[in-house]
Amino acid sequence: MDGWTGRILRIDLSTKTTEELRLPLEVYARNLGGKGLCGELLFEHFCQPWDAPQMPLVFMTGPLNNTSSPTSGRMTVMSRSPLTGAIADASVGGKLGTMLKRAGYDGLVVTGQSATWCGLNIDENGVRFSAAGHLAGLNISAIYAKLKNTSTRADAAYAMIGPAAEAGVRYAAIVFDGHYLAGRGGLGLSMAAKKLKFIAVSGQQKTAVSDPAELQLAREDIYRLVAASPVLTGELGIGNYGTGALYDLMRSRRMMPTNNFRQTWFAPGAQMNAHAYKEIYHPKKFGCAGCHIQCKKIGAGGEIMPEFETMSHFSALLGNQDLGAVVEANRLCNEAGMDTISAGVTLATYAELQDQPLSAVKFLALLEDIAAGRGEGAALGQGALALATAADTPELAMVTKGLEFPAYDPRGAYGMALAYATSTRGGCHLRAYPISHEILRKPVATERFSFSGKARIIKISEDLNAVVDSLTACKFLFFAASLEEYARALQAVTGLQTSAQQLLKLGERIYFRERLMNARNGFDAKDDDIPPRFFNEAGTGTEVLRVKPLDRGEFLAERAAYYRIRGLDDQGRPRAQKCAELELPC
Amino acid sequence: MLKLLNKYADKLTRHGLCDPDAPLVGGLNAGILWNRPDPLCTELEKIIAGLNINSLIFARPREPFFSILNYHCHQNEVEFTPQDTETRTFLHAIPIARSTSVAEILPLLQNRKGCVVEGQGIITWGTVSPEQAFVVFSSIIFSAFVKFLVDYASDHHAGKVSTEAQHLLPQILTAYETFLPAPGTPELASGPYATEDAILAAMIQAGKATVDARMVDSFFGNISCFADQTIYISQTGSSLDELQDCIDACPLDNSASTGITASSELVAHRDIYRGGENRVILHGHPKFSVIMSMLCFEENCARRGQCHIKCDKPRFIEDIPIIPGEVGTGPRGLSNTLPPAIQGRRAAIVYGHGVFSGGKSDFRTAFATLAAVEDLCRAKYMQLISQPAKTGLRP
Ligand SMILES: [Zn+2]
Repeated sequence: MDGWTGRILRIDLSTKTTEELRLPLEVYARNLGGKGLCGELLFEHFCQPWDAPQMPLVFMTGPLNNTSSPTSGRMTVMSRSPLTGAIADASVGGKLGTMLKRAGYDGLVVTGQSATWCGLNIDENGVRFSAAGHLAGLNISAIYAKLKNTSTRADAAYAMIGPAAEAGVRYAAIVFDGHYLAGRGGLGLSMAAKKLKFIAVSGQQKTAVSDPAELQLAREDIYRLVAASPVLTGELGIGNYGTGALYDLMRSRRMMPTNNFRQTWFAPGAQMNAHAYKEIYHPKKFGCAGCHIQCKKIGAGGEIMPEFETMSHFSALLGNQDLGAVVEANRLCNEAGMDTISAGVTLATYAELQDQPLSAVKFLALLEDIAAGRGEGAALGQGALALATAADTPELAMVTKGLEFPAYDPRGAYGMALAYATSTRGGCHLRAYPISHEILRKPVATERFSFSGKARIIKISEDLNAVVDSLTACKFLFFAASLEEYARALQAVTGLQTSAQQLLKLGERIYFRERLMNARNGFDAKDDDIPPRFFNEAGTGTEVLRVKPLDRGEFLAERAAYYRIRGLDDQGRPRAQKCAELELPC
Repeated sequence: MLKLLNKYADKLTRHGLCDPDAPLVGGLNAGILWNRPDPLCTELEKIIAGLNINSLIFARPREPFFSILNYHCHQNEVEFTPQDTETRTFLHAIPIARSTSVAEILPLLQNRKGCVVEGQGIITWGTVSPEQAFVVFSSIIFSAFVKFLVDYASDHHAGKVSTEAQHLLPQILTAYETFLPAPGTPELASGPYATEDAILAAMIQAGKATVDARMVDSFFGNISCFADQTIYISQTGSSLDELQDCIDACPLDNSASTGITASSELVAHRDIYRGGENRVILHGHPKFSVIMSMLCFEENCARRGQCHIKCDKPRFIEDIPIIPGEVGTGPRGLSNTLPPAIQGRRAAIVYGHGVFSGGKSDFRTAFATLAAVEDLCRAKYMQLISQPAKTGLRP
């Protein structure tokens, strides 16, 4: 087997035992890795409660990890979401994916529950279980420092959970290498339920590549396109400014969620853009293993610069004009190990419920309370929907399937409305990322204030991104490259014949299977929706740029079209015929 | 949806790429819609069923392009690989089918954005808009044309032109005359432009004129104007003939990153403005300029095959420099090579790619220069292929 190691490690934390899982090549070829293999391994277990000891928490790399293929340093973590009950998966950067391959494994399937906090130390010789009680209560940076200080392997990569997960925060994250978050859906809490505090991985093995010369050519094709992409490597692109480069654009397009999505324009935003951070913090670049874009930014004083979503939600969404408070909020969330998007939206929900804006002092204090599970923080730690539901106004939670929305108002990009609704993990922008064509003009521009034709576009994009997350590549690269170039890279690595369209077919199966897993847990059309606010209230436009409420009828018609294209019935449930076509049990 | 299908059917015609009733444009959402009925639709729908796409174009191109495509089909078995930038960056290779049968075409389209069907035309597809199919369609035509004439001149130089090419050339050149618009210079607004509105209007006008003059295939090319410490530049992937609402204002100090959607050549434009007196820049892909840039008969050159990135020989066509450089900001990017080359000159040609021309106050000069460079290159080309074999290019 080239590309894959062919070995997956099953770890039972109840018995502290491990066994090796060897899947046939056909299973690898059909699921690729990352998201695909995670889904394959979770499928039969998915109807258990999220915190049942036998509910697996799966970490999976892809065939391109640990090769010279561009942006191949990512991996996927998947389980059932403590926040939503639906699929929770996260594509995460850093170097743990690369290290797992070097240790000789394609991935980890963690089940069971340890009696006390424990850690996993994985290398070429297998797994060593260790006690981790001494790390409980510590912040992420302290845990990371202790792990590095006590490790005998300087090259080790780490995944860890922080205080938020210990406190039961339903949007707790798993933090990789100190800075990279498997952020959405509460995977940190899934890990906490198993009493697993950290995973350390190191290794030296090489990943076999079928045709290195061909891989080199594929790599050049991809790099050429990346260099030609203004969004990635342009003067104002995310290579230079981080994802914060999107801030001015979203603002100028009048689709920046403001005051809990009550407005779509934040006047003081001009002083809180990526340029402002650059002037104040003089950030340097860093990024994932195997990536040359290096979109992460760290300030001269060691401050981690917030990503776009954090910049936007902790300014506009909360009506906050204090840039320093955004950086501090980002630090608090990272240190606690929790998702900034869910935290921001939950705070904005709280502010709307209280009917008054939160001062920076107040929301920073609340973040600390959430992370510690104390006072009002305990309720806020349950997420926006639980908070709004407790106040009998669930419609004030800006969520789909209980997952809080990121910083793109769907009234400014209609495809986003449909993409939020249909995403298998809930209010997530990354499944279909219509912003790519509706706003960033890639691969070409589409009409952003229209639902026309969006159903198929969203379906194709979901299939595409399912492939990207299975490969496991970075979505940003697909602003520039396409599956045509990645098919070449994949074929060079594995030696298995493939093509862009064959990969999309795999993506369709991988995504449909998630739909099936959700359906088995009762998810259907009622969950494929967005809050009434977007149909009833206009955004904040200008005289020439109107941001109208979405048309409910058009939305439902396009969702119905999506159901037909995806092979779902009119209630959004998988059709037997489609299951059969994709060779999935119904 | 139908509006969009008709738009691109019409555009193929308007740009001189197809005869009026040739384009078949299909769009998919829950069902399939065509711009017009055609017996071929049934077969094409079978192809569509095997692809995860939302749009498809099938059309027979006009002459001289149709003959050129068929020529490449005769000369190559499975695909042909032009060496220009559009192919190198986006198309990679152009596969060939011998019939419109699903069995033959589907595997080709599963891996590439389009293919040529010998004796029938071109099929291309898109995943978000028929615009993608349109762009690939026009790119295939551009690349095939450039390849034919580059190969012809090279073979001529080596004294080994094939009978088929020899026979075809006069027809190609005659048909190309009919592809070009009637001679004459469009009336463009004179500068300097007093207001932002005047700048935008002038850019929209000059962009459309460049497309109408067939000096760029709509989707490619870019245009900018520098005023008040701000660069107004066409957006990435915008069509030069449809620039309304597709111009970004980028402050020179980068104090706003709204221009993240600006053309990939923003840095090159900026550095040209910083280093000299130019106030406008116009960039197109006029065909003979691209062809001439790719014709170098240097004997035993160590960099042969890497001219587009590594050529270190000063090359000129009269006063116009020819330089290497890939699209964008990479280490071999034209953002590094172009600004110094164009300094103090009216234009520069990027190898296998296109022409950048400047103007000190308005687009009249920039447009006239672009047209003059193309005329010059065309004349040089004709001169080159009418010389006896093996004399080579003496710039
Ligand atoms: Zn160009």
